[in-house]
Amino acid sequence: MSRITVKVDGGGYTDDVEPRTLLVHYLREQLGKTGTVVGCDTGNCGACTVLLDGRSVKSCSMFAVQADGHEITTIEGLATDGQLHPMQQAFHENHALQCGYCTPGMIMQSIDLLADNPDPTDDEVRLGLEGNLCRCTGYQNIVRAVRAAAAAGGAR
Amino acid sequence: MTTTQERPAAEVGNPRRRKEDARLITGRTRWTDNVVLPGMLHLAMVRSPFAHARITGIDTEAARSSSGVVAVLTGADLAEEQGGLPFAWTATPEQKAPAHPSIAVDTVNFAAEIVAVVVARSAAEANDAADLVDVDYEELPAALDLKAAAADEVLAHPDLGTNVSARFNFDSAEAGTGGDVDAAIAAARDGGIVIEREYRQQRLIPAFMEPRSIVADPTGEQLTVWSSTQVPHFVKIFIALVLGIPEHKIRVIAPDVGGGFGGKLQFTPEEVLTVIAARRTGKPCKYSETRSESLQAAHHGRDQWQKLTLAADRDGTVRGLKVELLANMGAYLGLVSAGIPILGAFMYNGIYKFPAYRLTCTNVFTNKTWTDAYRGAGRPEATFAVERLMDELAAEVGVDPLEIRERNWIKHEEFPFTTVSGMHYDSGNYEAATAKAKGLFGYDDLRAEQQRRRESGDPVQLGIGISTYTEMCGLAPSRWLGSMGYVGGGWEHASIRMLPTGKVEVITGTSPHGQGHETAWSQIVADRLGVPFEDVEVLHGDTQVSARGLDTYGSRSLAIGGMAVLAAADKVIEKAKPIAAQLLEANADDLEYTGGRFGVRGTEAGMSLAELAFAVFQGHKLDGGAERSLDADATLEPDDFSFPHGTHLCAAEVDTETGAVTIRSYVSVDDVGNVINPVIVEGQVHGGVAQGIGQALFEEAVHDESGTLVTGSFDAYLVAAAPDLPSFVTARTETPATTNQLGVKGVGEAGTIASTPAVVNAVVDAVRHLGVSDVEMPCTPYRVWKALQEGAKS
Repeated sequence: MSRITVKVDGGGYTDDVEPRTLLVHYLREQLGKTGTVVGCDTGNCGACTVLLDGRSVKSCSMFAVQADGHEITTIEGLATDGQLHPMQQAFHENHALQCGYCTPGMIMQSIDLLADNPDPTDDEVRLGLEGNLCRCTGYQNIVRAVRAAAAAGGAR
Repeated sequence: MTTTQERPAAEVGNPRRRKEDARLITGRTRWTDNVVLPGMLHLAMVRSPFAHARITGIDTEAARSSSGVVAVLTGADLAEEQGGLPFAWTATPEQKAPAHPSIAVDTVNFAAEIVAVVVARSAAEANDAADLVDVDYEELPAALDLKAAAADEVLAHPDLGTNVSARFNFDSAEAGTGGDVDAAIAAARDGGIVIEREYRQQRLIPAFMEPRSIVADPTGEQLTVWSSTQVPHFVKIFIALVLGIPEHKIRVIAPDVGGGFGGKLQFTPEEVLTVIAARRTGKPCKYSETRSESLQAAHHGRDQWQKLTLAADRDGTVRGLKVELLANMGAYLGLVSAGIPILGAFMYNGIYKFPAYRLTCTNVFTNKTWTDAYRGAGRPEATFAVERLMDELAAEVGVDPLEIRERNWIKHEEFPFTTVSGMHYDSGNYEAATAKAKGLFGYDDLRAEQQRRRESGDPVQLGIGISTYTEMCGLAPSRWLGSMGYVGGGWEHASIRMLPTGKVEVITGTSPHGQGHETAWSQIVADRLGVPFEDVEVLHGDTQVSARGLDTYGSRSLAIGGMAVLAAADKVIEKAKPIAAQLLEANADDLEYTGGRFGVRGTEAGMSLAELAFAVFQGHKLDGGAERSLDADATLEPDDFSFPHGTHLCAAEVDTETGAVTIRSYVSVDDVGNVINPVIVEGQVHGGVAQGIGQALFEEAVHDESGTLVTGSFDAYLVAAAPDLPSFVTARTETPATTNQLGVKGVGEAGTIASTPAVVNAVVDAVRHLGVSDVEMPCTPYRVWKALQEGAKS
């Protein structure tokens, strides 16, 4: 067991974890952050995407011990004081989700995308989300949502 | 003076944003894998690496003594207890099917079949121990190729004596719905046109984003099972039938479910084994599959060979269609495996007036993962065949492919129309949808550009693909399903509970997993009862709450389930009316119900439904005879299928040097009848079109020569990512269905059914002048390039 100290969605945690524990399993099973989900085992689908110190990572592709000393934001930590993050609002307004399983990762990656490029074109959004798979929407409304969020200041 | 009650704005047709989103965008979700119970144990499956082998020994010693392991179960341990997995479709009375154990007992019949189950205190410990289970196999010859299997070259199940599960046919001359197709073809060979083609429907994987997960809790008197399934009501019945647990002692919950696309329309070995493990250990047990397991072991889709013969006059008027199908069942029959080709069998004629038709189908076993429902289920295959053939016919006649279609399709004034396969198309307007699509697409300009590029020898050629499709959906009526060998029915159930505070609970037997029923059903009820949209809550997916239902698949939920919701709402008003009359001291005939309120005609007296609900809850003032409840339920089915249709147009650019295909524009005009929520409908079309494009260009489940799936991860099984797809232009025409009160048709599968042939037609159209008349799916750059090389030689 290794001891790690992390900040997740604003809360501080110190926990013992097996060195092989993936960050996503630590979040889901030890912290109960079940908003973040697992969709594959090869790092392709992006459903588990979270922000590590403000940048997106696939939480299935790093160990919990690698997150020691870092700050993590999951889908559960985005809304502040009951106010949805502009990206969450944009996904809702633009019907950018159906089953919703890819949605947490998709929203986190979209936020990262706007941090790099606050006003992307459709093609830039599509490229920026290449590592996140959605089987329901055909991506069109996701692209629309990300651009709407950009217009609404979603890059904050 | 009279005041007029303001009617709330109509909800039906309103582009409401979804109620479901609130939890999904904030991570407050209820996936099965989130369920954690005290003392819960975890399962890991040991799966066969061989497609066909005899199990000669299983050594579980090392696994049993591994850290945290509670039990290791093998097929021999469970031979008595496991029961056989069911199939719910019998294609012919003579149908052959092997026994389908949930865990292999002495032989494995496809790679990834379960041979042992490890139960441990944590998932990690279960997985560690699964690696320690040592299984000895004696490899057997495997039946892998569909055509070879159909010829019984190698037997998938030697005990059956053949790989043929069933052969069925439909002949319009025998059925009295049309003429003799052989005569039509013979006549066409003498001066007409005969087109003969063979198309392959490659094997696909539904690839829902949420891997399957099951939790079984044996605590207490009742077995509770959470499952990531489309069909909780089916799962409940089959747990009872397969494991001998009384049905009334079982509760099945499908909480939030992350997609299905037919892939979760199943009763699975994993469900059976998780329940068995829970009962054996007396502890709650959980199994969540990995993506690799999901791609290998959750049922696959399509996998057919189609041999087609179309007869026509010289001017392109169709005279007959003959279809010979081979359908790969894989190793076993799942719930509706045998019926998938049947669901397509009545759709090969599409929207066209074929005077003669015959289909023969052979369902064949192989040593591969079993196939079953995948979005469209039979109808994409049929639509692909006829829409590809119409393009080939147009090329032969030398006219525009749209013109050949128009020459042959059912005209709008000819509805209702009984087709050569005996289906009763109730409504449609192919002219209107096509005209609208042509306009949005810029059809004539694109044809002109195509001509310029051909003439200039542009290395990037432009193709225009057309699909004027229809499909049958909303699987009902029950009598039809029964006559086709399906064991279940086609009805749906809904109930409405009027709560004392005036809020409304709607319980539906449908089981949404992304379709937005919570929103759409709320819209239907809000309108019908005249209550605010926000005051309606839709409950589903828990058999203890939704006791009756047939779940969600086959684009059935709105046309059948929505109608049940509407009927239940009408019954609430019917029940409330005499009570309102009593309390208002009025004659019931003088009451009118508008805007959620019973008013007495010609007066200002009235009572809202909420006030009535509270009065009924109190019961103080009610007559002795009045029932102390406004709750109502309805169980019903429509008279017939619904037949959505539409015109999809695809412009694709083909790089003749590399074979790369790029979709430049895509227009769909769909007619799904009346629309409850246009935002949801558009989303269904987007996703459906995307999956159909996936079949046309990207997706294929590939096995190696030993029967191992080599596309067993998202590295290799290519689900389209955002940059792979264009933006779609979607529009609708609205020709109401006449088979249900809402006038709606299904939309869930339409996009997938329509888009595959549109895209392949575009690819072929781009390079037809270079000697190419077909490209096998998926149209990868290599396949397109190869077709171009062969075309150049011919």
